[in-house]
Amino acid sequence: MGLSKWIGTKQGIFIVLLVLLAVLPLILNDFHTNLLGRYLAFAILVIGLDLVWGYTGILSLGHGIFFGLGAYIMAIYVTTESSGGALPDFMMWSGMTELPFLWELLSNPVAAILLGILLPMAIASLLGFFTFRNRIKGVYFTILTQALVLVTVTLIVSQQRYTGGSDGLSGLSTMFGFSLSSPQTQLFLYFLTLVVLAAVFYFCFKLVNSRFGKVLIAIRDGENRLRFSGYNTAYYKMVVFTLSAGIAGLAGMLYVLQIRIITPTMIDIIPSIEMALWVAIGGRGTLLGPIFGAILANVGTTFFSENYPELWTYFIGLVFIVVIVFLPGGLMSIGNKLKRKRRGSDHEEAEQQAGSAADKHS
Amino acid sequence: MKKQNNKQDQPLTSILKCRDVLVKFGDFTALDRFSFGMADKEIHFLIGPNGAGKTTFLDVLCGLTKMSDGSITFQKNYSIDDKKEFEIARKGIGRKFQAPSIFPHLTVQENLEVAMKQEKGVFSMLRAKMTKKQKEKIDRQLEIIGLAGKRDILAGGLSHGQKQWLEIGMVMMQEPELLLLDEPIAGMTEEEEEKTGSLLRELKQDCSLIVVEHDMDFVREYAEKVTVMHEGTLLSEGTMEEIQQNDKVREVYLGSKGADAHA
Ligand SMILES: Nc1ncnc2c1ncn2[C@@H]1O[C@H](COP(=O)(O)OP(=O)(O)OP(=O)(O)O)[C@@H](O)[C@H]1O
Ligand SMILES: [Mg+2]
Repeated sequence: MGLSKWIGTKQGIFIVLLVLLAVLPLILNDFHTNLLGRYLAFAILVIGLDLVWGYTGILSLGHGIFFGLGAYIMAIYVTTESSGGALPDFMMWSGMTELPFLWELLSNPVAAILLGILLPMAIASLLGFFTFRNRIKGVYFTILTQALVLVTVTLIVSQQRYTGGSDGLSGLSTMFGFSLSSPQTQLFLYFLTLVVLAAVFYFCFKLVNSRFGKVLIAIRDGENRLRFSGYNTAYYKMVVFTLSAGIAGLAGMLYVLQIRIITPTMIDIIPSIEMALWVAIGGRGTLLGPIFGAILANVGTTFFSENYPELWTYFIGLVFIVVIVFLPGGLMSIGNKLKRKRRGSDHEEAEQQAGSAADKHS
Repeated sequence: MKKQNNKQDQPLTSILKCRDVLVKFGDFTALDRFSFGMADKEIHFLIGPNGAGKTTFLDVLCGLTKMSDGSITFQKNYSIDDKKEFEIARKGIGRKFQAPSIFPHLTVQENLEVAMKQEKGVFSMLRAKMTKKQKEKIDRQLEIIGLAGKRDILAGGLSHGQKQWLEIGMVMMQEPELLLLDEPIAGMTEEEEEKTGSLLRELKQDCSLIVVEHDMDFVREYAEKVTVMHEGTLLSEGTMEEIQQNDKVREVYLGSKGADAHA
């Protein structure tokens, strides 16, 4: 394959994107680099969400919670380290005299990092176990993921003495002795996030191109048919949902270290829905598209909310409608559309037929 | 083993025994204590007027519909009563649905690859590599169903007839012991019908077949044994000639409706 052709493949585009993201900190100031680093954390999350929604056809509007659990767990660790063994302020105000057990446990960094991934996975597999096995799917499953968000957020807000309530956790100042407010630490975290993004993309790319990945697409296309081919589809769905929750937890941990605050509103219903929007804008079932969707939508949010705060919400709504109506395949389909124009109509028909079948499954 | 001469009129090895199968949808009884048996490597046709319960019976056999009462034993002593669809499929019962059901966003070859007989657990799938043997099997299957030239096309782009073929290819890749086909030639051209018929004969070398079909000419041509169903019960069973001479059958089926079907 020639170089110019290779650049056009998914791997090629991703490598170019990585290189671009690696040199951007040279141009951007510290503040913008830090912002971009947060968006990269979102980009990690949407890869996992795309596995579930784009490939397997299960729409989760609850990934904010998996992301949030990772973020909260990491925030608790950093808070304990930052306060040097003393009780955080909000606990003293609510009359606590010693660290609760969970905090004690999470003051161990290894435990925190492991749980930041494993706890979201455990919750996802429990939810998956009880729903997929009982053939709860489509809208009903999606509603359950929203219920999970409601329950968790309510729990976090009501357990103020353990979680900081609606104010969240904001005393994140040092990690492993490094000041989180120093530009060097943040630059390191930016590159760490970039490396994790590359690793997660590589892993998921391998996954969707394996025979396992074909089974995921087959579940989306015709779960019933697949059962009669001898597949325990409920188990597959549980595995992929759990995996994507783990990726979300990982993303949440990286995110909170860069924003240095976590509150319930950051992981609530609206952010959970927005995450799915990024996937849709970028292009479901492409892995690469959602990465662009997450980064561009957030760059757009920042730009507009800084310059035209009152117009922003209308704008994102408009973008979404435009994408749904004119670009159901998301940004990634622009490339295909251009290619098709050049190649003529032969391919177009087959692709359109396949495309209309896809819409039925959404 | 295969070409056993049973001059003493001994029954062949039985592959399926269904006793008093009862299926209810609310108050409606779709299968009313229906009993059925068939021998190994037999082509057995199921006929009967619309709503007789033919499709429902296939649904029960592959685990899609649960029966309220009765028992079904597959092969020697595998009871399918409380089994899940995927377990029944792994045990060797393959199903071809009436409306072609394939995976439109996988290529033709990938459809066969996923359906192929293999370890179908998550971890086996994660490690699965295309072996040379598997590749050859898929290539051969593509030839048989006449889609070798379309292997890399998304299956959603195939014509109706080609989708039917692909699905037949998919169930063949499962290497079932018992294959259930629901109106396989519906919507096919005469030429395609003939091709399907000869394919059925070929399939018979390796597995037993239950075929639901309305087209009497097709049944006459390919059936070894025919079971006539009516309102969820067994009306008659035998060779095509025996069936045609049966008065009850003439009355409910071949008589008035059969004439229509020919027109
Ligand atoms: N899920 C269901 N719920 C309620 N009634 C059903 C259901 N499935 C089938 N039936 C009814 O059971 C009866 C038998 O249906 P079935 O599809 O088995 O008939 P069939 O012999 O395949 O007919 P056809 O030749 O029209 O395909 C019909 O009266 C049908 O309306
Ligand atoms: Mg039917």
